[in-house]
Amino acid sequence: MTVIETKNLTYKYSVGTPFEVTAVKDVSFTVEKGDFIGIIGHTGSGKSTLTRHLNGLLKQTGGEVWINGRDIRAKGVNIRDIRFEVGLVFQYSEHQLFEETVFKDISFGPKNMGLSEDGIKERVLRAAEYMGVHENWLSRSPFDLSGGQKRRVALAGVIAMEPRILILDEPAAGLDPRGREKVLKFISDYHKSAGITIILVSHSMEDIVRYAGKVLVMNDGGIFCYEKTDKAFSRVKEIAEIGLGVPQITRLAERLREKGVDLGTDVYTVERAVERILGLMRK
Amino acid sequence: MNVIEVKNLYFEYNSYDEHDKITGSAPVLRDISLEIPSGQFVAVLGHNGSGKSTLAKHFNGILTPSKGFVTVDGIDIADDSALQRLRQTVGMVFQNPDNQIVATIVEEDVAFALENLGVPPAEIRERIDRALETVDMSRFAKHAPHQLSGGQKQRVAIAGVIAMSPKVLVLDEPTAMLDPKGRGEVVRTVKKLNADGATIVYITHYMEEAAEADRVIVMDGGRVIMDGTPKEIFAEVGRLKSVGLDVPQVTELAHELRKNGVDIPGDVITEEECAEHIVKLLARANYDCY
Repeated sequence: MTVIETKNLTYKYSVGTPFEVTAVKDVSFTVEKGDFIGIIGHTGSGKSTLTRHLNGLLKQTGGEVWINGRDIRAKGVNIRDIRFEVGLVFQYSEHQLFEETVFKDISFGPKNMGLSEDGIKERVLRAAEYMGVHENWLSRSPFDLSGGQKRRVALAGVIAMEPRILILDEPAAGLDPRGREKVLKFISDYHKSAGITIILVSHSMEDIVRYAGKVLVMNDGGIFCYEKTDKAFSRVKEIAEIGLGVPQITRLAERLREKGVDLGTDVYTVERAVERILGLMRK
Repeated sequence: MNVIEVKNLYFEYNSYDEHDKITGSAPVLRDISLEIPSGQFVAVLGHNGSGKSTLAKHFNGILTPSKGFVTVDGIDIADDSALQRLRQTVGMVFQNPDNQIVATIVEEDVAFALENLGVPPAEIRERIDRALETVDMSRFAKHAPHQLSGGQKQRVAIAGVIAMSPKVLVLDEPTAMLDPKGRGEVVRTVKKLNADGATIVYITHYMEEAAEADRVIVMDGGRVIMDGTPKEIFAEVGRLKSVGLDVPQVTELAHELRKNGVDIPGDVITEEECAEHIVKLLARANYDCY
């Protein structure tokens, strides 16, 4: 079942002024229920602008956005409902924490949905568990937590609304390696157990390769390619040319190919490189 | 000659009640002693909360020691009367470029500190031009900072700092908010400044960036737990992982191959040397078959 569809989506900033810029150009793509999609692109490629259309935060200047079979700008569609269906987590989401306690912060969304006291509590506890937010943090101020912990609390706040589609804009940016891994692992486990659709915006090919089945590569506001992660990233040279960071291990495989050692074009993880090198040695 | 000397440095954050009475203290740095020779490029690693930034903030006197002392180029950083001299000796660059840019035109931003120091106008002009050239941003001198990319903005922030000709440059995760292209630009700029003689203290979470340094310092729990060349440090894959850090992917590859009984050095840190070793290895493996 298709849960997201954009048709020739276009967005221009500052229309009618000398500063008019087309940030998203003619983008058409679909996402199926339960997919884990990565979106990658250089800074200014239109990733964030695109995702802001998927829950109606920005209104397109051309084209259409369909969520769960409805044109979100059609008459009779309440955009508020769309926002409960599509959760959007911004970059540096911990900046949006504001409540006195972690519990209150996570419950802000469910409260606005008009749930009962018990219903709110249930959702807060469930979301906290999904994001590895300890029960004994719930009564503490969110500002007493570390950066990675705050980030997880902010994510739990969005998850508590139980959106069927979750869009995450650089959820691991600025965290240390351990924090990155934790946040992404929690998201991935949540995806699996809740069976929801996830869109992960990231600069990191490593992260996308590890978690997303399919990737949308953006370049200059348009789609550079939209296909299975393995297939998309086998075009290392082209990907590097449009300003994306290629994992060091993939660059190593390229270098080895130039020296006549072929590890294959799909080496993005250390495990795979080890496997291939051992294979060649045993030949 | 050592430009930075840290002796038995302790630092703790105190919490106060409404009468300004100390109610508790949280130790952040515990007994740090370090010497950094002039011209060295030092990378500082450590997970969030390990004390890296707190240490860095001592180098130009944003923070002062609870115990112990820090001197930079002979200046005691706790000496208030020498603060202006200290700040001109040590330039700081932070994570978020947007928080460091104050003017509406790039070259005015670079001039900001110089104007405050009362440098003569002709010299200001000269220093701006040189600083922008060093960070390769001359062609954006008349642009508005908000129209620049993150990497470009960060280079403008660096230009503003180097216009004061500091001997020491302290960069606290300058690439954390940048994309891969911007990160590359900043790292190249830093290496160039180092080649021109500046001492660099570079805090980062990117292991490939740390591999470019002369020396790597690893912090954990407010202490320096490892200190050596990138090769020495990254060879200890297990120890780094135990404190929440990573190693460059090529180092991890060598480490994993060794676990599988392959004869490759454990201290491989660049793509180049890693590729060479693998080519040799395979040539040898094939030779052994015949």
